[in-house]
Amino acid sequence: MAGKKMLGLLLTNFQDSYIPELTTQRTFSSIPFGAKYRLIDFSLSNMVNSGVSKIGVVTKNNYLSLMDHIGSGKAWNLSRRRGGLTFLPPFENTGDKYNTFVQTIDAIRDFIEHSYEDYILVSSSMSVVNMDYQQMMSAHLKSNADITICYRTRPLSKNPTSEQIVFSLDKNSRVSEVLINPRNLDSADCMMNIGIVKKELLLDVVSDCVSRGKFDYARDVIQGIVKRYNVYGYEIKGYCSEIDSIQSYFKANMDLLDPDVREELFNMRNPIYTKVRDDMPTKYGLKSSVKNSLVSPGCVIEGEVENSIIFKGVHIAKGAKISNCIIMQDGVIGEDTTLNYVVCDKDVVVSPKRMLCGIDSYPVCISKKSIV
Amino acid sequence: MLPKQEVVAMLLAGGQGSRLGVLTRKMAKPAVPFGGKYRIIDFPLSNCTNSGIEAVGVLTQYQPLVLNDYLGNGQPWDLDNDNAGVHILSPYEQKDGANWYSGTANAIYQNINFIERYDPEYVLILSGDHIYKMDYAAMISYHEEHNADCTIAVIDVPLHQASRFGIMNTNPDGTIYEFEEKPAHPKSTNASMGIYVFSWDKLKKYLMLDAADPNSSNDFGKNVLPAMLANGERMIAYPFEGYWKDVGTIESLWEANMDLLDPKTKLDLSDKKHKIYSRNPMYPPHFVSDSAEIQNSMVADGCNVYGSLEFSMLFQGVTVKKGAVITDSILMPGVVVEEGARVSYTIVAENTVIGKNAVIGCRPEDVNNKEDWGIAVIGENLTIGEGAKVPPKAMIDEDIKGAN
Repeated sequence: MAGKKMLGLLLTNFQDSYIPELTTQRTFSSIPFGAKYRLIDFSLSNMVNSGVSKIGVVTKNNYLSLMDHIGSGKAWNLSRRRGGLTFLPPFENTGDKYNTFVQTIDAIRDFIEHSYEDYILVSSSMSVVNMDYQQMMSAHLKSNADITICYRTRPLSKNPTSEQIVFSLDKNSRVSEVLINPRNLDSADCMMNIGIVKKELLLDVVSDCVSRGKFDYARDVIQGIVKRYNVYGYEIKGYCSEIDSIQSYFKANMDLLDPDVREELFNMRNPIYTKVRDDMPTKYGLKSSVKNSLVSPGCVIEGEVENSIIFKGVHIAKGAKISNCIIMQDGVIGEDTTLNYVVCDKDVVVSPKRMLCGIDSYPVCISKKSIV
Repeated sequence: MLPKQEVVAMLLAGGQGSRLGVLTRKMAKPAVPFGGKYRIIDFPLSNCTNSGIEAVGVLTQYQPLVLNDYLGNGQPWDLDNDNAGVHILSPYEQKDGANWYSGTANAIYQNINFIERYDPEYVLILSGDHIYKMDYAAMISYHEEHNADCTIAVIDVPLHQASRFGIMNTNPDGTIYEFEEKPAHPKSTNASMGIYVFSWDKLKKYLMLDAADPNSSNDFGKNVLPAMLANGERMIAYPFEGYWKDVGTIESLWEANMDLLDPKTKLDLSDKKHKIYSRNPMYPPHFVSDSAEIQNSMVADGCNVYGSLEFSMLFQGVTVKKGAVITDSILMPGVVVEEGARVSYTIVAENTVIGKNAVIGCRPEDVNNKEDWGIAVIGENLTIGEGAKVPPKAMIDEDIKGAN
């Protein structure tokens, strides 16, 4: 295959605090999304579809659901002798080092050094996007960059859950300055957590930060490298959602009800892979009514559903009215229950004749295995 | 040497299934899609997995490409096992020439070497055209407990249907004293399900005898079982209760699909302890639009529903556009139904496009002469033109031009 070989590194925990409602028992990366996926499926599938066949999944805690989801990597064709998928949880000597980006990369230095690939593709699971990393690699080589990082022009959040890192780019897309949480801008070129860098350079940057005791991602790493190296931006122009709060998570799910968004994200040439459970197709009962909704297999729907995302194995009983909801795997919604703007985590049971209602900007979250 | 397997299952999947017409033009019957996401062979294979049987031979002969592709290394059924697993056994050339499988017994006879590698106690013979869930381990225990040489699974059928089946007449202790193939005046209602457990030493002996007989048609039902009975071998009927359906005809295939839509169906596909496994192509979840109406139907991954569905089964990746009305029909993977088309009592095979305002099939109450009514069948990869009409009971295997 043409193009330079990349080693994929997927960081799964750093965003856990963005959506505490859904990460008490899982990593950020394994948050269920879009009726049958988990957030990590997008970055993992993009890597596989871009010919990245050796991938390290770096995870620190709460990783049971992540490991269960990914398993041997078979669903992504990553269960293989050459390359394939490696889990990189902390072990005895590195356990306390997984707190920052710098320390994490330092802790998995052996894994990186032992790989044959010359380049590293680092990504979080924040971005819901279907993209070709080989094109990004071509841009990286063409611009002669040391480091290429994705960015997207978007409105800045007024109440950010994390630091917003903004690029100033010259006409060749070289990053000339990095601003952290700029106050006076409405819209800006915001950095995304997807980057390409030569293996040696990544290790050098990390060693340098470690030796100086500088562990701040935005200030020491990003602002640091922009001062010392040729850092280029790579613009993401098509559909892309970045998940950094329950609001953006909710909106990104609802975006999937738009056929154009689905067309961009789920084309059969670059499929988004996920672990599949052997469920029967979904059954719609007599007098059920479903409008503008995305539904996974294994459900039994006897009530009314509107503008909602329904994961596998959900049962919606007669007379129930579900609008603007996300109902995760194996949820049971009782007879004559009404839910509006509710996110039900996995295995939630809502008894008959209940009524729960959130609003657009603040959906009600019901935690895993709750009985309402 | 391979580790011993107590049981080896041999799945007869070589039949053409000619009564399924255009549906089996390019694939063997066991590969025919069923139940919104499965193929018929998923049922016996999943039954094997759920019964703890690890060595399975699949005997293929007619149009094996789709079936071979589908089985692959057997991974979806946990049958990718270095020591056992699923093996495709097609006819092969031997020193004295090549022979097709001349009958069900001959197919097993030609693969005695495959079976002997595992040194089994029992051989389970299955066919690839039945929809059912069964614990074969329980049947094998029954065979052992009754000290049988051959155990045949039987199901109680209504008396008026009994003359369509092979009927086993039994003594009160369950031993079989007589077979009657499609009897005009059945003495009992124990119909053979085409599932046999043999003690391997006995089966091997009778396969050898059968192969040496030039007048034999090398068939289990016609030759091997009668020979065993005539020689006084101990043959037992194993009563099975539960859902079982032969899907060898268009009507029975359609009915079995419709049975799944019945809320009271005895075939529970959601039972987590006995799942039916299948290969799952990677489609997004299905989408139901504002303009859709869905009543008592099943819909698989990757479908886009803008029209209306009633008592219908949509396989993966089907598109039903606005104003299209699908009733009592089965749309196999990748079918597209354009705006305003009406499809009733029809099976549409994979990737066929039904043009705008086309009318396919009709309800039984809409024909005067009941003889003219039946399920319409449209073959795979066809285009049915805009406004075209396809009568009930038709079997279409070429494109139809539009009405204009």
